[in-house]
Amino acid sequence: MNVKVTTIRTAAEAALIERFPALKAGLPGPAAPREQAFATFMASGLPNRRVEAWKYTDLRAAMREAAPLAPKPDAAQTTVALKGNSPLAGQGAVTLSFVNGYHVGTEGTVPSGVTIVPLAEALGSGHPLLARMGTLALAQGDTALALNTAFMTDGAVIHVAAGAEVDGPIALTFVTAGPSAIATAARVLMVVEAGAKVLLVESHEGQGKLAHQTNTAVEIIAGDGADVQHVRLGLNSEGAVALSTLTADLGAATSLTSVNVALTGAMVRHQVYARFSGGDARAQINGATLLQGQQHADSTLVVEHAAEPGGESRELFRTIIDDEASGVFQGKIIVQPHAQKTDGRMASNAVLLSQGAAMYNKPELEIFADDVACAHGATCGALDDELLFYLMSRGISKAEAEALMIESFVGAAIDDIAHEAIRDVLHGLVQEWLKVRAARINAGAGV
Amino acid sequence: MLEINNLHVKIAGEDKVILRSLTLKVAKGEVAAIMGPNGSGKSTLSYVIAGKPDYEVMDGEVLLDGVNILEMAPDERAAAGLFLAFQYPMEIPGVATMTFLKAAMNAQRKQRGQAELTTPEFIKRVNAAADLLGIPKDMLRRPLNVGFSGGEKKRMEILQMTLLEPKMSVMDETDSGLDIDALKIVAEGVNARRDPEHAFLVITHYQRLLDYIKPDTVHVMSRGRIVKTGGPELALELEANGYRDYQSAA
Repeated sequence: MNVKVTTIRTAAEAALIERFPALKAGLPGPAAPREQAFATFMASGLPNRRVEAWKYTDLRAAMREAAPLAPKPDAAQTTVALKGNSPLAGQGAVTLSFVNGYHVGTEGTVPSGVTIVPLAEALGSGHPLLARMGTLALAQGDTALALNTAFMTDGAVIHVAAGAEVDGPIALTFVTAGPSAIATAARVLMVVEAGAKVLLVESHEGQGKLAHQTNTAVEIIAGDGADVQHVRLGLNSEGAVALSTLTADLGAATSLTSVNVALTGAMVRHQVYARFSGGDARAQINGATLLQGQQHADSTLVVEHAAEPGGESRELFRTIIDDEASGVFQGKIIVQPHAQKTDGRMASNAVLLSQGAAMYNKPELEIFADDVACAHGATCGALDDELLFYLMSRGISKAEAEALMIESFVGAAIDDIAHEAIRDVLHGLVQEWLKVRAARINAGAGV
Repeated sequence: MLEINNLHVKIAGEDKVILRSLTLKVAKGEVAAIMGPNGSGKSTLSYVIAGKPDYEVMDGEVLLDGVNILEMAPDERAAAGLFLAFQYPMEIPGVATMTFLKAAMNAQRKQRGQAELTTPEFIKRVNAAADLLGIPKDMLRRPLNVGFSGGEKKRMEILQMTLLEPKMSVMDETDSGLDIDALKIVAEGVNARRDPEHAFLVITHYQRLLDYIKPDTVHVMSRGRIVKTGGPELALELEANGYRDYQSAA
């Protein structure tokens, strides 16, 4: 018996398929990589709950329509978009600003040892480093990344010379703004040569309540002995469907610290693909997420230990969930047969502040080597009553005691950022979130 | 100062009654000790006074300066001048001790309608109290109680008591887990605050602490009630004879 399978495309999928040929012609660089990536999307469609990796985050249901890919903003739009004050303004030694996925300006001085070329320009001129873009096999087949590759408009290619100790952070600010919902696709490739040290900070900011569809990807390739710090801040528009992917290819004895702080957006998903390609590397990958209302946030990571000695990976994800919001953590550690002596520890801890809050934790270990130490822990619960009583017995009000406990809880994931001023900004944003929550509770209690 | 009348308490949601017809008075300026065997309800009494939500008061009242505090939240009781030194102080990772101390001191001042302390004034007070209790400055910069030894945690409790200036302090087995040097420091912290305006209820299992904090009154507690009240000599008698007599008498 032959059953003919007909794929029924959703309106969003149909729109993407219809628009791609015309868009491809107008986007910079060769068409072949875009076509190849788009074929990956065509084969699977928008990921939905029947796809294991997207079981708790149904992108197809969330994207009823495909917002149009944003055109390059004119000077007036750029001025308006950049009027809002970024919380991380002034933190970068050099700051590249992007509006709706297009590079619109650079402030500060590019530190010595660093070269930065806007991606559109790099694609247009056939920049040699682009040969290394999209090369991490671990992330192949990922639909969000494939869509980014197919539609990427602009971004940056960053090169850090061997041995350079880069003075001051490289900051990237991505603002999404406009009178109606738009889609953006920015892409960053950072190649850090052997022994270099650098801090990359990306901030994603959306204004208003519009349902922008942002899809950004950052690829880090770290040479032997490199020390890379990475901070990402997600302050999307309230209605945003925001996808982001970080890939990291780690050479021998490298060190990577990556902290993602997710605060706003209707549906956000941050993905990390990290591969220990060289022996004895170390990675600390953290996430701090605070959710309220109907927000949904997903942190999905795959860490592959693929060299001997297998190195050390630490993952710490802390999630605070209030109201009817929901959180997802999917973390997988893969240890290849030869990656002996791997030491991997992954923890996802969530605090539910309300009856309606939900958290889905899915930790996985795939271990093919026999001499490893790997552990995962996932917890989910209310704030500790004993601790709350202790704080209140000192005269601290319930609301303030809860705020202290929440700050302490998510702060643990932020504290691995070595840069003090940036760490303080992120702690400040958490405190701000708590103040807004306390005001809401007080307003509610007064009714 | 503190007056407990006919207090009956059970664990919330369970049938287990822990305190039965407990009556106790602590006068202004008095140091009262409660001694009793394990399981007699000593810690429960301290928690009920401080307002821990795990218990249900079935009957009776707890008056602080004539005001029934049983309907008050724990933070309101603290602002009214009550302090509980915990047997097992909690650890708070990520909250620096100084941040916590400032939050507590200012929260109480706010409830009492006083202005917040200025930072220099706050630091001056903390440093003075820390010096008195032999608490090194680096301990104040660490997260509250995280990685502290048992003795350090208890000293931190006394530091909080000193800074919050309660009129009524309840010390729940403050001597447990302390070596003799730490015990002396803790006792000095209490003794420094002894005067006609302040009162203490010192809960202990052993007589040892009372060598350093001399009580005015000693109460013996067994099976959820006070079964005997006497002077300091009662503590010595208990040390010699144990609690056996009182357990059968209760």
